[in-house]
Amino acid sequence: MDPISIEGTPKTPTVNFDANKGTVEVKGRSIPENSIEFYKPLVDWLEAYQSSPKELTQVNIQLEYFNTSSSKCILDVFKKLETIFKSGNEVVVNWYYEEDDEDMLEAGEDYQSIIKIPFKMIEIEE
Amino acid sequence: MEFDIKNWYNKMNRGDVLISFKGVITPSIITDILDLFEIKLVNADVEFKIVKRIYNVLVESLQNLYHHSDKISGKNSFARDNNYVVFFVTKKNNTFTVSTGNLIKKSKSDHLIKHIEHLNSLTKDEIRTLYKVILNNQNFSEKGGGGLGMIDLVRKTGGKLDYKVYDFSDEFLFFNLNVYIS
Repeated sequence: MDPISIEGTPKTPTVNFDANKGTVEVKGRSIPENSIEFYKPLVDWLEAYQSSPKELTQVNIQLEYFNTSSSKCILDVFKKLETIFKSGNEVVVNWYYEEDDEDMLEAGEDYQSIIKIPFKMIEIEE
Repeated sequence: MEFDIKNWYNKMNRGDVLISFKGVITPSIITDILDLFEIKLVNADVEFKIVKRIYNVLVESLQNLYHHSDKISGKNSFARDNNYVVFFVTKKNNTFTVSTGNLIKKSKSDHLIKHIEHLNSLTKDEIRTLYKVILNNQNFSEKGGGGLGMIDLVRKTGGKLDYKVYDFSDEFLFFNLNVYIS
């Protein structure tokens, strides 16, 4: 499977999905007007990946900002990962948030309460 | 008589105004406003958490304007362009106010006002629960909005949404929303 490697812009995050390494990374800002357009290829990639995932998939989410329309798309990404987890593979989500950014920590906790895969909340010190 | 947006804008655009904008809103203008805001606050003595909240409120408010303003046609010289909106960020003492104004069809206003009044009646925990319920509901609106914009504004500010409506024409209202962050 070809990896996905997208460089970040002021409104969209840096994305690195690698099936050989079993890594899924989203970093930066996710505030596009049309989030579905940006996230659809990512969700499609995970759909294909779920047929032969690595034993362990490491997910790193490190967002500085995201808008509400991205929040639904990010949930779609997590739902694909949940399917992989439920079929007996290991999936770990590392949710990074900046020190003092309670809102981003709460956002991670919201996903954690909806998605039944292990989350690690990791504070980044300034 | 038609509500005079220009007069209202001039009256609002006083005092400690950090950013003001009137015109047609597009994705690239939203990007420019956000850049400008970051430059303005980068050296200001404002707590990191507050800067992030204001930025989030700006994103949601501007994108609400972009997705939900109603387009007017006809002779009115001030608002005949598509997506014509007004927008301010002001600071008084330690409170930042993000104010938006846009035209909405009267036929849609009851629904919007009921939605806001409902959100204003909820506690902080109820807002968080509602956010999660809507987040987990797969329907996107036809405009790609998540249906979460207003809820997020309430959640980020911890306060109530303050709004005013002005009669603009037979078909339209001018809708002003003020969000406070402190």
